[in-house]
Amino acid sequence: MSDGASAFDLLFSGDPALLAIVGLSLAVSLAATVLAAVVALPLGAALALVRFPGRGALIVILNALMGLPPVVVGLAAYLLLSRSGPLGFLGILFTPEAMVTAQAVLVLPIIAALTRQTIEDFWVEYRDELTALRVSPARRVATLIWDARFSLFTAVLAGFGRAAAEVGTVMIVGGNIEGFTRVMTTAIALETSKGDLALAIGLGVVLLALIVAVNAIAGGVRRLGEIHAG
Amino acid sequence: MRAPASDLPIVFEQASVVVRGVAILERISLSLDPGAPTVVIGPNGAGKTTLFRLAAALIMPTSGRVSWGGKAVTDGRRLAMVFQRPVMLRRSAAANVAYGLTEVARSARPARVQQLLELVGLADLARRPARRLSGGEQQRLALARALARAPEVLFLDEPTASLDPAATKAVEDIVRAVAATGVKVVISTQNLGQARRLAGDLVFMLRGGVHGRAPTEQFFAAPPTPEAAAFLRGDIVI
Amino acid sequence: MRARAVAIAAAVAMLAPALAQDRSVLVASTTSTQDSGLFGHILPIFKAKTGIEVKVLAQGSGQALDTGRRGDADVVFVHARPAEEKFVADGFGVKRNPVMYNDFVLIGPSGDPAGVKGTKDIVAALAAIRAAGASFISRGDKSGTHQAELALWKIAGIDIASARGPWYKEIGQGMGAALNAAAASNGYVLADRGTWISFKNRGDLVIAVEGDRRLFNQYGVILVNPAKHPHVKKDLGQAFIDWLISPDGQKAIADYKINGQQLFFPNATVPGA
Repeated sequence: MSDGASAFDLLFSGDPALLAIVGLSLAVSLAATVLAAVVALPLGAALALVRFPGRGALIVILNALMGLPPVVVGLAAYLLLSRSGPLGFLGILFTPEAMVTAQAVLVLPIIAALTRQTIEDFWVEYRDELTALRVSPARRVATLIWDARFSLFTAVLAGFGRAAAEVGTVMIVGGNIEGFTRVMTTAIALETSKGDLALAIGLGVVLLALIVAVNAIAGGVRRLGEIHAG
Repeated sequence: MRAPASDLPIVFEQASVVVRGVAILERISLSLDPGAPTVVIGPNGAGKTTLFRLAAALIMPTSGRVSWGGKAVTDGRRLAMVFQRPVMLRRSAAANVAYGLTEVARSARPARVQQLLELVGLADLARRPARRLSGGEQQRLALARALARAPEVLFLDEPTASLDPAATKAVEDIVRAVAATGVKVVISTQNLGQARRLAGDLVFMLRGGVHGRAPTEQFFAAPPTPEAAAFLRGDIVI
Repeated sequence: MRARAVAIAAAVAMLAPALAQDRSVLVASTTSTQDSGLFGHILPIFKAKTGIEVKVLAQGSGQALDTGRRGDADVVFVHARPAEEKFVADGFGVKRNPVMYNDFVLIGPSGDPAGVKGTKDIVAALAAIRAAGASFISRGDKSGTHQAELALWKIAGIDIASARGPWYKEIGQGMGAALNAAAASNGYVLADRGTWISFKNRGDLVIAVEGDRRLFNQYGVILVNPAKHPHVKKDLGQAFIDWLISPDGQKAIADYKINGQQLFFPNATVPGA
């Protein structure tokens, strides 16, 4: 009971440690999502529109990768980025840069698979018209992406939600270093294990609020899309 | 600079389209000439839509030849097609029309869009999301979009099949106006009245083949084939 | 013009972490040390004096030494003397410096099912717990605490690998989690005093056994060998080590108290520590 009360004290007093943790969480997950989207959107669109041998298998694999366990991604990144590993020369293990990169890897299949599905659905609908209008391939891609922009934004939001909520990747690759790589999820895990539940609950509330907000935005975007789609 | 070459006449020589072993079109020999509208009539499954796709160079024949103004290939820029159920882009009505205006200078586009919307009677709905227009309005918008490309030949696949009489009349009026500007209009329909109202000449299709072709009055007065006669009588021709 | 300004700002923003890292050093230490709050007390003192930022990676002793072996940290600061000496002997560390000690305590339920509360003999207590089949929580994570626990079972003459049963629960997690598990299952657990004092979720738990010399827990600090890992920040790392064993550092350690109780006893100058 007292833990809950002190949690709210922390939340509303603007405790600097808590703010720093929330700020870092948002920065890492946003950066990871943007990074992933930059690669995943064109990849998904290409996969939707270009026929090549093995395309079917690649789509199945991409869909399966949506379920990549975060701890596995964290472990793989750790082995790669450790000084004793192949990418050790980068020296980014236990830094926010590594967290962003690893989360981007986690989130990329989600955005790419959802993009592929969306663009493919739109293509099925638009194919006859765009063909009859003699639209160039480049313009076709641009038209599909623009017309599907609300659905694609929802896909990116889905990726962000995944990144913000996961703990396995950022824990292993970031090391949960206080003031440097500690984010909401890893802080909650740590504080709970210490029995210091006030901060854990406070952060849990913030994280929940964030996820609710993300879903609300996704709903709003969907509705906006419906207005345009008619 | 676009070459002044024409895509007319569109000539089919023993053209067939076979899909998965089924002959959708069988050895069509036909010529679509410049001038008054040509109406293609026939029951469902006759192959009218496939004929249009072939003529509009959207598909290739599996055997036989199609030529456009004597050329074996065409880039299709002068051929426009409006499908039976047109698909609107998720944008405003005006934006849909503007989508086809690639050949027009940017500064001239708004005026041209306005002109086209007025032609099809949708000037008031320019800002409305295109997908929120009624069926008849979308059909007219699709017409405007196709005309935005300033085509030489306009194919309309059963444009009024699902429209009420008022909307049908609106579309027919536009078609007449368009034909009057010199665009070759090719229309398919199952509506004999529409055929009579619009056509310069009629092509009767059945089971993937052409079973009669004649100028309109002659077609109705003296049907060129027994099947055509049966169709005009109102029989179900299988 | 604006695009160029943005590009320069982005480049600077990306470099900033690299520049900031020039005055920071990464220390791999243990969860129990961090959870005790010691670093929160001594690191600001060190930073005020030298301007060096110490980043603490809190893991188990085993994992911390492995991190040092891989070259992913600059300094290792743990409490597992045999493993530390092997670390140096294998060439991964430069030199082991003793720093301080704290002690372990045996925590147990106030109901005391094994009847060991108040004894001064940890080995006898463990034997009693085993005999009674009372619930016992082990960290099971190769940490210094875990290794100390295993050593005590050995002294008691109990081969824990074969004697274990449902009464012995290995959770594979840190000290806080182990205490939580003990509180939840009314079990005994070996804990470092520091974590116990700052632990807030005590439930029904109390100190059952303390003061046995065999419960003392020695800490050592080691610079990761730059010969094996040239990127190691040896100057900054050595500065931290030198401060820890200096009179200033030792005093800072001794000054750290919770509820008026000192947790860590500096002994850098004691031979053989």
